[in-house]
Amino acid sequence: MKNFIAKLAMITMIVAFALPGALFASGSSEKATAAKPAASGAKYAIVFKNTGNPYGDKEMGGFKNGIEEQGFTAILRAPDQPTAEAQIQIIQQLIAQKVASICIVANDYDALQPILQQAMNAGIKVLSLDSPVNPASRLTTINQADPAKIGSTLVQAAYDLAGGSGEFAILSATSQAANQNLWIDYMKKDLKDPKYANLKLVKIAYGDDIRDKSVSEAQGLLQSFPNLKVIVAPTTVGIAAAGKVLTDKGLAGKVLLTGLGLPSEMATYIENGVCPYMFLWNPLDVGYLGAYAATALVSGKITGAVGDKFPAGHLGEYTVTKAADGGTEVLLGPPFKFDKSNIEQWKTVY
Amino acid sequence: MSDRVISVDRTWSFRRFILQWEWMLVLIFIAVNIVGSSLSPYYLNGGTFLTAPMGFLDVAFLVLPMTFVMILGSIDISVGSTAALSAVVMAVSFHAGLPMWLAVIVCLAVATACGLLNGILMVAFKELSSVIITLATMIIYRGIAYIILRDQASGEFPKWYSGVGWGYVAGIPIITLAFVVCAIIFGLVLHATSFGRKVYGMGNNLTASRYSGIRTDSVVVIVFTVTGLMAGITALFLTSRMGSTRPNVALGYELTAIAMTVLGGVSTAGGKGRIIGPVLAVFIIGFLNYGLGLVNIPSQVLLIITGLLLVLSVLVLNIRFSRGHQHSAPTASAPAAARKTPNG
Repeated sequence: MKNFIAKLAMITMIVAFALPGALFASGSSEKATAAKPAASGAKYAIVFKNTGNPYGDKEMGGFKNGIEEQGFTAILRAPDQPTAEAQIQIIQQLIAQKVASICIVANDYDALQPILQQAMNAGIKVLSLDSPVNPASRLTTINQADPAKIGSTLVQAAYDLAGGSGEFAILSATSQAANQNLWIDYMKKDLKDPKYANLKLVKIAYGDDIRDKSVSEAQGLLQSFPNLKVIVAPTTVGIAAAGKVLTDKGLAGKVLLTGLGLPSEMATYIENGVCPYMFLWNPLDVGYLGAYAATALVSGKITGAVGDKFPAGHLGEYTVTKAADGGTEVLLGPPFKFDKSNIEQWKTVY
Repeated sequence: MSDRVISVDRTWSFRRFILQWEWMLVLIFIAVNIVGSSLSPYYLNGGTFLTAPMGFLDVAFLVLPMTFVMILGSIDISVGSTAALSAVVMAVSFHAGLPMWLAVIVCLAVATACGLLNGILMVAFKELSSVIITLATMIIYRGIAYIILRDQASGEFPKWYSGVGWGYVAGIPIITLAFVVCAIIFGLVLHATSFGRKVYGMGNNLTASRYSGIRTDSVVVIVFTVTGLMAGITALFLTSRMGSTRPNVALGYELTAIAMTVLGGVSTAGGKGRIIGPVLAVFIIGFLNYGLGLVNIPSQVLLIITGLLLVLSVLVLNIRFSRGHQHSAPTASAPAAARKTPNG
């Protein structure tokens, strides 16, 4: 009997490989025709930092809308771990699929350079979105808001919430995330201003944009710094995790929270007072703008140089400007403040 | 009693030859390629077979020594942490002023030392299973890496160093060449030297091997030390391809390496397995991930598929399906035990 079972298992294994192949091949014949590099079926890819990130899902959703509005096919990829190695593998697969353009939300500023240069040499237009790669790896980058403004807005918020003096901590994403690091650098620069002399940054913790790690880092901050007044979390996963920790510990009003958060996730914490106000921009718009920039690059309308103009669907016309890191960028707009007065209307939007 | 025959060599039977697990792996490998090429028109080209392996071959260096470790009946889950620690030490020593080639040697030395420590702990604490010891060292080594580099990244290596992971020699990627050379060396040692026979002997029956005069302690220490060295080589290639390193690189590499080894037909109980199995398994899992990624199947689904593949393979391997084994003598178990010979 065991004999029979084993032989059956073997045959099942081999058939299990052939069957899905046949099913896929027949079921996705439309994919196969779309794979022809005709302009109408051209494929535009976006690679986010990791899966299971609601902010990322919205950005990718906005990108998909923008691409499909123009009649092309969008490919949405994200690795299950927020690492650069996983993104390198995904980019390798996209190069093999001969996509027209890759829009990357990078897990590491420099580590993707070799593979992205391979992509550019293969004729693929590479641009970064939100979290940039270094200028040698991209044609341009989409920046949601002026990073200097984001930094100074967050420092001002920490100052106001702490009542002018006290300790505050930052709960960030991964330690190499280019976007968070840029904003934190601007925050540190602003802190040198004599106006903030009594405001002290005690620690920068890294939650890696993973819920569990962000929760334990938030708890760690509360334990190590009993006099902590404010937590600033410039990442939606971090601020949601800190909000939960502060609510569960009943610290609303004693330790205040601000940063960058999704209205849908933070509505509870704004309403219960744990987070008096926070900032963001519309991630749907960021992805959407990226989609139009990508198609403009592929059609040759722009080359990513300073001064290039391109239309971005319902967002209007945008111009490429000089970026602080030596490359070029496209700015979406100023950061938007969410508080008790407007959270109701925004929490259903995104 | 007079018809009891104890023979070590079984007569060659075609049926038994063709039903070996390694042939199943060849079939699965062909099936994976058929699935891959039917799913995507971009699968079948020279680029796939040359450049796609660059993505999964850095784990493959761990699979070769893991075969030895598992044939011994042990397991080593600290390899990922060893790779991380040696990469971090290399980065730090390069930035402290050492020339890059010296930093590379430091990386390999640190990795070998980690493996040596594993081996020494194994023979010093025989009561503890290898899982416990390597679990402890896994946590310790990665902890040390975190203490050295905190949560930061360290990079900016000289330009020639990225050529190690990305470079080609006569059209073949350097990493593929290195893997093939290592696989040949490990294969020869396992199948053609007395050291290999000792490893098999110890995996089948540790006590008998010790009483036969095999220096079991030396064998264990050597195997774990070599595992450490190969983790260092993994660190070299990984750091070169990424251009930078962090304390949390190579997370989960030990599980991937064990999965590939088990899929290759190496039994976790020890004593069974051949080098060609895990090598085939490396390419199976690697090309499966690549082929499915080419049609943009989400990464979580890939994890499920790899897991299912493993479960099925262990199921098949552990149910004896060759009729010869079922012929146990009605009374005494000794003839049946004598007929059981080490595989390979």
